[in-house]
Amino acid sequence: MKFDTPATTNPIDRLKVVGRPTSRIDGPLKTTGTAPYAYERHDVVANQAYGYAVGSTIAKGRIASMDVKAAEAAPGVLAVVTAGNAGPLAKADRNIATLLGGPQIEHYHQAIALVVAESFEQARAAAALIRVDYTRADGAFDLERAREGVTGPSKDDPDSTLGDFAGAFAAAPIQLDATYRTPDQSHAMMEPHATIAAWRGDQLTVWTSNQMIDWATTDLAKTLGIPKEKVHVVSPFVGGGFGGKLFLRADTLLAALGARATGRPVKVALPRPLIMNNTTHRPATIQRIRIGATPDGRITAIGHESWSGNLPDGKPENAVDQTRLLYAAPNRLTGTRLAVLDLPEGNAMRAPGEAPGLMALEIAMDEMAEKLGLDPVEFRIRNDTQVDPEKPDRPFSQRQLVECLRLGAERFGWSRRSAQPARNRDGRWLVGTGVAAAFRNNLLTPSAARVRLDKHGMVAVETDMTDIGTGSYTILAQTAAEMMGVGLDKVVVRLGDSKFPVSAGSGGQWGANNSTAGVYAACVKLREAVAQKLGFNSADAVFSDGVVRSGNRSAPLAQAAGDPGLAAEDAIEYGDLGKRYQQSTFGAHFVEVGVDAATAEIRVRRMLAVCAAGRILNPLSARSQVIGAMTMGVGAALMEELAVDTRAGFFVNHDLAGYEVPVHADIPHQEVIFLDETDPISSPMKAKGVGELGLCGVGAAIANAIHNATGARVRDYPITLDKLLDRMPEVG
Amino acid sequence: MQNPGDLELTRRGVLMGSAAAVALTTGPFTEPAHAAAKRQEPILSTVSFTVNGKPRRLELDTRTTLLDALRDHLHVTGPKKGCDHGQCGACTVLVAGRRINACLTLAVMHEGDSVTTIEGLGLPDGLHPMQAAFVKHDGYQCGYCTPGQICSAVAVLDEIKAGIPSHASTDLTTPPQATAAELRERMSGNICRCGAYSNIVDAITEVAGRQA
Repeated sequence: MKFDTPATTNPIDRLKVVGRPTSRIDGPLKTTGTAPYAYERHDVVANQAYGYAVGSTIAKGRIASMDVKAAEAAPGVLAVVTAGNAGPLAKADRNIATLLGGPQIEHYHQAIALVVAESFEQARAAAALIRVDYTRADGAFDLERAREGVTGPSKDDPDSTLGDFAGAFAAAPIQLDATYRTPDQSHAMMEPHATIAAWRGDQLTVWTSNQMIDWATTDLAKTLGIPKEKVHVVSPFVGGGFGGKLFLRADTLLAALGARATGRPVKVALPRPLIMNNTTHRPATIQRIRIGATPDGRITAIGHESWSGNLPDGKPENAVDQTRLLYAAPNRLTGTRLAVLDLPEGNAMRAPGEAPGLMALEIAMDEMAEKLGLDPVEFRIRNDTQVDPEKPDRPFSQRQLVECLRLGAERFGWSRRSAQPARNRDGRWLVGTGVAAAFRNNLLTPSAARVRLDKHGMVAVETDMTDIGTGSYTILAQTAAEMMGVGLDKVVVRLGDSKFPVSAGSGGQWGANNSTAGVYAACVKLREAVAQKLGFNSADAVFSDGVVRSGNRSAPLAQAAGDPGLAAEDAIEYGDLGKRYQQSTFGAHFVEVGVDAATAEIRVRRMLAVCAAGRILNPLSARSQVIGAMTMGVGAALMEELAVDTRAGFFVNHDLAGYEVPVHADIPHQEVIFLDETDPISSPMKAKGVGELGLCGVGAAIANAIHNATGARVRDYPITLDKLLDRMPEVG
Repeated sequence: MQNPGDLELTRRGVLMGSAAAVALTTGPFTEPAHAAAKRQEPILSTVSFTVNGKPRRLELDTRTTLLDALRDHLHVTGPKKGCDHGQCGACTVLVAGRRINACLTLAVMHEGDSVTTIEGLGLPDGLHPMQAAFVKHDGYQCGYCTPGQICSAVAVLDEIKAGIPSHASTDLTTPPQATAAELRERMSGNICRCGAYSNIVDAITEVAGRQA
């Protein structure tokens, strides 16, 4: 189905199932520990051997020699796989560094070997017997230092400009020129990257944990140099990804190689201490923001440059994109500056670009409001735009940022805030509130699905879409139930299998809108097949309560299926609506913090998010997406930082003890409000994504609240108490 | 949710899978080709304990954690391995009613113990009240930390009932209550990266209220 004109009324608008708060249909499995994750698939293949991955202990250089004899001779060991004996391997386009290193080493903890043994304990013990001599090469690991050598844009990413930024900024009566820093961050999903691989002849099956089934299938085939049709990828449950499982990673490749070497199914989970340096991370940024405004608070010039580093051929962290779209200004400059660093591969983590970008921009907006003596909510409202500022003939499909800010301010009690910092005391706590805008684009990508109807009236949805905790199972079931006019108990959803039609997959908050639209398209086709089978006119057939009605005729849905059943497959594909309209999601975050007057300990006391993100397909799981993102935003603001050893070139705190993420005690009760919105420009579902919006801006709202509480402006995340201590106000 | 075909899991299936695993993992080890290296044959030991009320006897490499004994030898895969270092809490199980990180304890240390995993609290056709409350309040997303969260939550309410104080207890002379602050403090060993904390506390609070 080609979606090239705005949606009109369709069966989804009945909202009998879609749009209602619905408990997850996979809930009973997940809460009883019976949802099967990759490493624990004892049910799929017998005689599984255990693989244990070994990582490089240098960041850059060569393996001079590697002695695996002791490991090979250790009890229970079946094989030791290295680049030297694995056979030729290609590198897929979506991987920046090779997944099995050697002799060349591109980053610390790059996998260099897999030990396969009869038991996990034997594989782990034998892995420790491998002796490696490295020839170390000098590398660049320090973004601060590398930044000095990068003054302009890279060839692939030219600056975006409008008007005369330099002149307008210089002439602006009120100016801000400030630099902000965000650290390297790790996805730290709870389920380690894990795969079971088994060969049957030249056919490879992997049970794995991956957000993008078709990417994994394509890239595993390419890496191994075998036809894509020979690779079967299965990933029905994913224990968190956040972008870390978008790509083929070492666990999958190593399991496949281990299984080929031993003739046995092999299972591999990346050990937790290996994950943060072996896989991808969100790169650190240094962001310079300049804003010029008139005394009445109109922005005349806005500039945002962001420095980040990556391995050769890597991409920059695009922290400036939202600045092209969020506020009006006639003179604009945005651009990325990319340095080569020999740290592990930088890549997408939840809301790549916007998450670190808004952490900086939305502090800058707070600082500017302070300079102007304007309320920060009002300052943002005053600079709203309903069109793409760089292309004024291109409107936003929907843009309710102002409504989010106004409603949030009212519900949060914003009017009680003291504009003067450090004026609000509650016992030992200095209390402050902060606000930030949330912004994240709505991305359109094709998505296919197959829908089957059987003689019992059961509807089965099959698509390679994944559920990474986002609630895909449930919203796809809701979509099929609404379209076919049946209850949720009549729908089965099968996901995460490369034998199913290729979906949008999970990433970039594009999953919900695109994958449900794909199921919508397949259901339209199935409805036509049903009507035809019943001899009804498909245009006026109504599907409701398990019955199909047309004029004064009606028949049970199941009757149309008959013994052989009916199946339909289709995909949603998009025309140019994404070009003619700017499609984005909006929100406003409000946060109250307490800062201990003596110790500068920071506690988040209240959080509210107001979101405008099109039709909310399942308010229960969408709310969970937002509160989860708000929680990740607390981590980004207050604790998360991969500490870089700039001499040895690796992330030092590479486990869940050293890399601190929020725990229960860090998170208060959280409130979420969704504005009533439908976006007929986005898809027949009239929905947009929400899973990343909830993270965008949270960090800055917290930073602004800390400033309001203490008067101290910290521009260097995470905001830990040591950065506040010598700047705390004198209090009695 | 209707189980998609091969995902069908029943209590009987969980138990049957377990017997096969024991046979498989105690089979003979293949002789390595290279004999020159110093050999360290695994030291095996037998251990008996009950898992979800059922007696179990295993012969194990003594390095095997309770978590791996459950997951890889008994095929009781509800307890999850998130970090294998006691940092995340996904492997939380109840031993003699008290919660522990199953990855931080060796299986052979549990002779005679009674182990309860998430499957022992309830299965899809008969949810424990805490499991039902997690579903109702959407106290999970990806589901990987969830078995640990729920085992911890059940134990936390028992700890509060037993009068065991926590860092959040304001007074050691009066019995602790299941306040949000107490629950958040006591649940802080169970990380949820999806960030379902606010909903988890709502779920536990509802169960605590029902119990009171």
